Amino acid sequence: MRKETILYVENVTVSFDGFLALKDLNFYMGYNELRVVIGPNGAGKSTMLDVICGRTRPVKGRVIFGKDELSITKMSEHGIVQLGIGRKFQTPSLFTNLPVHANFELSLRKKRGVFSTLFAKLTSEDDDKIHEILEMVGLVEKRHEMAGSLSHGEKQWVELGMVLSQDPQLLLLDEPVAGMSIEETDETAKIINRIAESLGNKSIVVIDHDMDFVEKIARKVSVLHDGTLLCEGTFKEVQRDERVIEKYLGRKKGKEEESKT
Amino acid sequence: MANTNHEKKWSHPALTGSRVKEWSITGGVLFAFLIGIPLLSALPSDDAWYKISNFRLNLLGKFLSFAIVAVGLNLAWGYTGILSLGQGVYFGLGAYIMGMYLLLKVGVAGHYESVLPDFMVWNGLTEMPLFWRPMYYAAVALPLVIIVPVVASIGLGYLTFKSRVRGVYFAIVTQATAMILMLTLIGNQPYTGGTNGLNDFRTIFGMPLRGPDLPKTEFKLYLATVVILFGAYVLSRWIVRSKLGRVLTAIRDDEQRVRFTGYDVANFKIFIFAVAAAFAGIGGACFVPQVGIIAPANVGIVPSIEMTLWVAVGGRGTLVGPVIGAILVNSCKSGFSELYPGSWLYFLGALFLGVVVLFPQGVAGIARFFRRSRVGEKTLAETTVTTDGGKKINKFFSKLTLKKHKGKTKGS
Repeated sequence: MRKETILYVENVTVSFDGFLALKDLNFYMGYNELRVVIGPNGAGKSTMLDVICGRTRPVKGRVIFGKDELSITKMSEHGIVQLGIGRKFQTPSLFTNLPVHANFELSLRKKRGVFSTLFAKLTSEDDDKIHEILEMVGLVEKRHEMAGSLSHGEKQWVELGMVLSQDPQLLLLDEPVAGMSIEETDETAKIINRIAESLGNKSIVVIDHDMDFVEKIARKVSVLHDGTLLCEGTFKEVQRDERVIEKYLGRKKGKEEESKT
Repeated sequence: MANTNHEKKWSHPALTGSRVKEWSITGGVLFAFLIGIPLLSALPSDDAWYKISNFRLNLLGKFLSFAIVAVGLNLAWGYTGILSLGQGVYFGLGAYIMGMYLLLKVGVAGHYESVLPDFMVWNGLTEMPLFWRPMYYAAVALPLVIIVPVVASIGLGYLTFKSRVRGVYFAIVTQATAMILMLTLIGNQPYTGGTNGLNDFRTIFGMPLRGPDLPKTEFKLYLATVVILFGAYVLSRWIVRSKLGRVLTAIRDDEQRVRFTGYDVANFKIFIFAVAAAFAGIGGACFVPQVGIIAPANVGIVPSIEMTLWVAVGGRGTLVGPVIGAILVNSCKSGFSELYPGSWLYFLGALFLGVVVLFPQGVAGIARFFRRSRVGEKTLAETTVTTDGGKKINKFFSKLTLKKHKGKTKGS
């Protein structure tokens, strides 16, 4: 059983000045799995990703990752990335004053020390890899443009491409379609599905609010509420779950209508 | 524009393409000019228009040693976004080491005919302090000009960058170090020469630093400074164009993203801050023999801030910008002070205000702007211009260049 799990988040509690963003959260990810995490605002979805990638330290609990079942709870952010966990942030976070391909170049899985970077040469394999990623996220034409000059949706893809360039074992995607048009959202769903079909030993966690998008990519869905796991299952199962309807889907519909007016 | 050239490589390392090439040309012209000036002046004919006096040449040599500091600071500030208001510290460390080396070469030829420098004698010291003793030997003193600033900067960098002190907070810390060094130098007169600093040097590597042959020495020192500055320029160009250079730009853009791309940001910052300190130390060592004195007034808070102004005026994040900035600001400084001995500081202040408000990208930014509008390429640099004044000026320029374009199309 254990060997099938890539990530254990066990009894994790996160406190922000007394406010418990996560309460004894347990969350497990298998190899070769795409998991969608949904939940209302403040449910602790992003906080969970922050804990996994080392941005936020839990007051209690532990995070264990990978084949060697290493505890990464106290590791540095860059150490966790080097282990193979890639994070995409909610608002696109990229190197605005570098061209798109350089954004990918810096993200490639290479030695990342000061001097190995200083003397680094771009090999043709690196180049092919960059091209592969450019094609995957559909930015071949824009590869020489400054990342900061792209549209919001394109920036999201650049960051997705950066995370893919890291060749991670576990991808954490925080709202990859936030602020995207319908067409762009569809395109992103296609990209993520394409990645999910050729996962190998990798796994992806996607957080999102957009139910249409979630439906397009969902295999297994986890619902977070008030910092704990509410339920897990297929999209349909979760949709039918009464607790979810009460706490999330129902409420969210109401909210959406409010925000539209 | 960039999409039209389909090279084989998808991501050619000549990342910024023509831009880098053009700056290289600018750099080449600049250095040819700096070497050409003294060589032309050394020609036998008198009173030719291209001749500059020994005094001016020496002054330019001093500016060029400042330019070495600026090139280094630009790597930290312009490319990586680390604003240091304490480069005077590293400049001072290099300068004082060089100064003490020169002073110890005076030997018993000093006023008191003692083996100790004069200031130590009249401050009552009877023997050489231990920490100055390595300066007897050039083979030790000259490497220390680099090593001491590098070690000091790594120490400060380790304490601050590892605990993620950055931005304004880092700037304040560095400014405090400049204050500390200045007070230490003034407060320990028997060891440092106090407010007067180190002066009254006699020779450098066997060449006289006083008397009728001084111009010959100054000429050689000038050439040496140009060569060293060129070395610093080439080295910084190599760093900036390496993958590490792109990591530095990335740190400036989004430090957190760099961290979550797997780089230990603090190490990169410490590295580039140490390079900047090394350049500052070398600049200090070039300064001392040409100016003949190093004192706390050259290394404290005000000089440290001036150093950032050289970079700002020349243009942050460009290779030649800092060199131009250091020469321009210091030329204006000495020019204003000669022309208007009473009010020159106001002119200097106005120059700084003008540049910061109207040309936030500095002289290089103006050049870049004109080239961009010529090529028709629009990039982020213009959209990130922050001040209102800058926007206005850019609007003004774009109107000008638009007119130019219209003229051209009508003509053709």
